[in-house]
Amino acid sequence: MSESNSVVTRGSIESSSAARFAPRRVDGPHDAPPAPPLLAARRLSKSYRKGRHSIPVLRGVDVDVRPGEFLAIVGQSGSGKSTLLHLLGTLDAPDAGQILFDGNRIDSLPAVSRDLLRNRHFGMVFQFYHLLPEFTTLENVLAPLMIGHGALAYLWNRRPFRERAAELLDLVGLTHRRTHRPKELSGGEMQRTAIARALIAEPRLLLADEPTGNLDRTNGQEILGILRTLNRRRGLTIVMVTHDLSIAEQADRAVRLVEGKMEAA
Amino acid sequence: MYKLLIAWRYLRTRYIALASIVSVTLGVATLIIVNSVMSGFSIEMQKRLNGILSDIVIEGPDLIGGFPNAERYMDEVRKVVGGDLAGMTATVHIPAMLNFEVQGQYFTRQINLIGVDEATYATVSDFGKYLLHPENRLRLAFDLRENGYAPDRPGFPLSGWQYRRMRAALHASMESRAADSGASRSVRPSEASGAAASAPSVPVDPTASQFSKEERRFDPAKEQHHGLILGIAVASRRHRDADGTVRDFHYLRPGDDVQVTFPSAANPPKAETADFTVVDFYESKMSEYDYSFAFVPLWAMQDLRGMVDPATGSAAVTAIQIKVQPGADLDAVRDRLRSRFPPNAFPYFRVDTWRDLQGPLLAAVQLETTILNILLFLIIAVAGFGILATFFMIVVEKTRDIGILKSLGAPSMGVMSIFLGYGLSLGMVGSGAGAVLGLVFVAYINEVADLLETVTGREVFDPTVYYFQEIPAVVEPWTVILVAAGATMIAVVASVLPAIRAARLHPVEALRYE
Repeated sequence: MSESNSVVTRGSIESSSAARFAPRRVDGPHDAPPAPPLLAARRLSKSYRKGRHSIPVLRGVDVDVRPGEFLAIVGQSGSGKSTLLHLLGTLDAPDAGQILFDGNRIDSLPAVSRDLLRNRHFGMVFQFYHLLPEFTTLENVLAPLMIGHGALAYLWNRRPFRERAAELLDLVGLTHRRTHRPKELSGGEMQRTAIARALIAEPRLLLADEPTGNLDRTNGQEILGILRTLNRRRGLTIVMVTHDLSIAEQADRAVRLVEGKMEAA
Repeated sequence: MYKLLIAWRYLRTRYIALASIVSVTLGVATLIIVNSVMSGFSIEMQKRLNGILSDIVIEGPDLIGGFPNAERYMDEVRKVVGGDLAGMTATVHIPAMLNFEVQGQYFTRQINLIGVDEATYATVSDFGKYLLHPENRLRLAFDLRENGYAPDRPGFPLSGWQYRRMRAALHASMESRAADSGASRSVRPSEASGAAASAPSVPVDPTASQFSKEERRFDPAKEQHHGLILGIAVASRRHRDADGTVRDFHYLRPGDDVQVTFPSAANPPKAETADFTVVDFYESKMSEYDYSFAFVPLWAMQDLRGMVDPATGSAAVTAIQIKVQPGADLDAVRDRLRSRFPPNAFPYFRVDTWRDLQGPLLAAVQLETTILNILLFLIIAVAGFGILATFFMIVVEKTRDIGILKSLGAPSMGVMSIFLGYGLSLGMVGSGAGAVLGLVFVAYINEVADLLETVTGREVFDPTVYYFQEIPAVVEPWTVILVAAGATMIAVVASVLPAIRAARLHPVEALRYE
């Protein structure tokens, strides 16, 4: 999507989104008193080095994600939204600032604890699906459980794990694809597999990085439908990053990332 | 769990990695083959050497004159060695010259003449085993047998009394014919002096041998001189005939007479010459011994060399040979003997084990094995670099997968262990296949040699060169285990660097990697 186009879209939606989101938030299950945030970012800043120059990407970002919320972070390409999501998902460490999960600081945890956190409590979905090419659909879905359990523990619990994976594949409508490899799947199918994988460990938070960015409208809508269903039916907290305002609209709440700073949408 | 599954999937889908461990396989197989053959050689050789030599040799100060009162020393040895003693005998070793005549032509050989005690020599070495006549193998005797030499050796010429009588009859008829014709030409006196050294007529010459001092005519058809057991290679030639089979041509055979010249025990030694009758051949398949050894009865040796003290009747010997009980510590026994017969005391005695005496030969084999092992392990190390390169490629290829695993919460150690486990399984597959290949090769090594022979037309293992008819191979389980474990270790070590690289990959950058 070109720069000018996005600016136009942003302008047109900005006004409507406030009107649209406001009542929903009032109706929402997490009305007053406001629940403490499940995930919070405090004055996050991050810059990348390119040779001698340091390019700031995030300059003091504050975000609160409340339990059960479907939050969209909207930003242009290069606005740092993916970086923010990586920081929130502890894949990367901020230069300054804090990330709090359940009120506890997580960005300064040792690597092993952050690995555990990602494995147990965070589910992640990416624009390019990021499935393991050597694994079948079912094995890809089971991957977080394989990582989280030792070989013996995994083998001992294999049956319930497989049942859970089968349920999730059923949920995303891929039961007939369980033995296929990623290269035999369409983009939408791959993303649905990725969602099933993100959910297998029963995480408390789903982080989605442009989940529809590589899909056509129909498939994109299907993915979004699944995410919304999860949010509504299971109360799953979702943070989604997108450049597409029409996608962001379908979230409970949207915030905008502009030049490394958060703006209320 | 994911580590196992991923390593397994990589193993099944990355055939290039399997190609990289073929060199490990070949290296392991070669190491096992080489080690088996070398230890086969060395064990076979040690067995032979120990069979030929006794365990411990005590040599006196005077190697020509010997030392008297051997019985006293042997009693002393019995006291020192005690329960570890399995057998003991006294011997006389001296250098000597052997003369024999074949069809009018004289041959001279340099030999080691060894006087052995028929009754006790068999207790210290496997001497009997290497003789050709089956009865001599059972019980050593220096008497010529009627016939039946080397029954397991087709083509061995007629030997023993049968042959001796035949030859004596032939000589007698030739002599009488020569006498008939020679009388008229009156050349008899000069011929008689010229033939002084010729075998059948030697005993007639009263100066030639002490045996003939008895002043009676020696009848070669019915009598023999002192028996002599000759190393088989002293008077035979091994060659290959037109169709390629290895044959022995024997200049002498049991039943022939020879002349031996040796130093007397006097001071200074004088040359003594005596006649002996070859009564058997000695074939240890150690060419060094087969080319030089000749055994005669100890008493005859002592008698002929003047080693018997006329006053006391006690005879001198040059060495005492000892066999210890199997399992006894040879070096400890030697050290006990050395402390009893200290090297700085007089008379000076040398106490050596057979290993000490054959030290250079055994050390050479050992050195060869060591160097070959080092070289072959370098080959496996080179294979390790192949694995290193392949693994780096796989890590680069799998950068994104590593990012995915990390984003799903796989710890760095886990990612590292994928590649270490991958290296370990490749190493185990490689060295396992190598071990199987090597063991099969060793099991059929002679068949393989035959096959190579027919394919290349060149003999791989030439029995005229080596001591053995077949390639000896002994598989030592520990060697196989060590080699396989070492090769596996190299594969693991080679995968350490790529594994560390994989573990250090930053998940965000890895995910972004295209």
